[in-house]
Amino acid sequence: MSAALEAPLLEAHDLVKHFRVGGGMSFTPRHVHALDGVSLSLHPGETLAVVGESGCGKTTLARCLIGLIEPTSGQVRAGGEDAGALLKRDPLRFRRFAQIVFQDPYASLNPRRTVYQTVGDGLRIHGLCPRGERRERAAALLGRVGLSSDYLDRYPHELSGGQRQRVAIARALAVEPAVIVCDEPVSALDVSIQAQVINLLRDLQRDTGVAYLFISHNLALVRHIADRIAVMYLGQIVETGAIAEFRRSLAHPYSRALFAAAPEIGRERVDGAALLAGDVPSPIDPPAGCRFHTRCPHAEARCAAEAPELRVVDGRQVRCHLAERI
Amino acid sequence: MSALLAIENLTVEFTTTRGTVRAVEGLSFRLERGETLAIVGESGSGKSTAALAILRLIAAGSGRIAGGRILFEGSDLLTLADDRLRAVRGARIGMIFQDPMMALNPVYTVGDQIAETLIAHQGMSRRAARQRGVELLRRVRVPAPERRIAEYPHNLSGGMRQRVMIAMALACRPSLLIADEPTTALDVTVQAQVLSLIDELKAEFGMAVLLITHDLGVVWEMAQRVVVMYAGRKVEEGPSGRLFTRPAHPYTRGLLRAAKWEEGEGRRLSEIPGTVPSPSDMPAGCAFAPRCDAAVSRCRGERPALGRVGAQREAACFVAESEPA
Repeated sequence: MSAALEAPLLEAHDLVKHFRVGGGMSFTPRHVHALDGVSLSLHPGETLAVVGESGCGKTTLARCLIGLIEPTSGQVRAGGEDAGALLKRDPLRFRRFAQIVFQDPYASLNPRRTVYQTVGDGLRIHGLCPRGERRERAAALLGRVGLSSDYLDRYPHELSGGQRQRVAIARALAVEPAVIVCDEPVSALDVSIQAQVINLLRDLQRDTGVAYLFISHNLALVRHIADRIAVMYLGQIVETGAIAEFRRSLAHPYSRALFAAAPEIGRERVDGAALLAGDVPSPIDPPAGCRFHTRCPHAEARCAAEAPELRVVDGRQVRCHLAERI
Repeated sequence: MSALLAIENLTVEFTTTRGTVRAVEGLSFRLERGETLAIVGESGSGKSTAALAILRLIAAGSGRIAGGRILFEGSDLLTLADDRLRAVRGARIGMIFQDPMMALNPVYTVGDQIAETLIAHQGMSRRAARQRGVELLRRVRVPAPERRIAEYPHNLSGGMRQRVMIAMALACRPSLLIADEPTTALDVTVQAQVLSLIDELKAEFGMAVLLITHDLGVVWEMAQRVVVMYAGRKVEEGPSGRLFTRPAHPYTRGLLRAAKWEEGEGRRLSEIPGTVPSPSDMPAGCAFAPRCDAAVSRCRGERPALGRVGAQREAACFVAESEPA
């Protein structure tokens, strides 16, 4: 993996994000532990997938990395610089560096602005081309995402979901970012359209070398698109490593349960004991010790008492006391 | 033996600003007792409209059932008097929806909502209905049911809400459960629990399940038979195992490849080009022809009728692949 030798583009160091809930005068404020000590790095041209169920913190992570919300503690580094400081000093430079594509293209495009206005904004704000050439550049960007220039003067309501997501991708591409965070970019789309958008993202990566941080709950998809995977549970990374390791085996009991639970055509249904019991616990009071111990089929006394650290097991990092034995 | 449910030539129309559109056209299928049949399709395929039509839940203002028959336990639900239809809804046919938060009433407790069904259909006393509600919640594996029964829907997680919906749907031991995208809003680990619960209850109650979904993985795990819909019409039907191993219709083939994230040349995922046509702008001929890699000129001028492509299998396609006899 040559990517690992290069300096990382985007790094998270021990990111913590707590949201205050309730509070007011008569209540003691409580906190949602959305992120609790997440560290990761994204290298040029690679795709890092962050996988987990709702409430695991994956969307909060995406938003912290892109500077949409400020972490409670910890640091994001963009191209070696402190992203928080860069955002205050030169926000345009940070925004040119990293862009985002959201899950719901119905919500993420301004309904009152045409496709040209939406895609052209980045070019205008960042002064990337003379005004007279802007329309032509926007048309070229649309061409790269597979839409003809006929769409320049259309409004979002005239487009299908897949076409809207293409516009959102063109908007992100306009500033030639080094990193695009894709937050569930295909999960709102029909099955037959999802593959189109994934192929497009791959083609763009091949042509421009952009790196993707790909947030998803869809494990089958992630196994195809990712170079590396990080599995999150209740605000923490529980297993992370190269895709080849994940294809070979899964070390953390949660990763195993997650992959087993997703229905896969051609595979016998996993039933009974292999299914996780219960729901994800509330991130307001995450369980003590290992956060997964309340649902883990292998949990021992130690798991409830002592929180495991990420450590290297079988070629990847795993947050589990028992990873070697199970 | 007559089927539990037989849909015959069902057509549902909606009036829009662009004129009348047909959301479902000429749909027929049968569901036997105790069987799980999945209707699979993308958005706009008409699968949810068909499910709603069975219980005559199409909004009266804009939509109407323009033709066909829905035979359930021997009577046609479309001509049934309102009071007799009410005795079927919620009692003989239970229904669960994609979003349990929308389907549950936020200002009543879980217990009140389950009890309502039992009081209305079985004439139970409030006290007995509550007792039965606790049992039902326990049966769908809601932890601490005595406590949960007094809670409001917003106190529950998505998975718990869907269990409450299932408990309500099963309260009167229906012979048919219609499940419209029952796990689409749930996380995969919770989805697996709910699907396995539905299967277990199906065996215990001896009921049939009509599963409406876009997720072929769920179909693979749950269904004995599959109806594939595209643009309001049935394009293929067959037993699940053979339909998955040997799809006959090019649309089913494409959908299956996309759902399996199958890679073709150069690691590219196999995709279906284009988008589902708008119901107000249907192509002449086969609705799938503009996106079909197997289409011939005949497909663009003439609409294919359903034809036999194997034992208990049919497809609406001029170039469908038949099973070897």
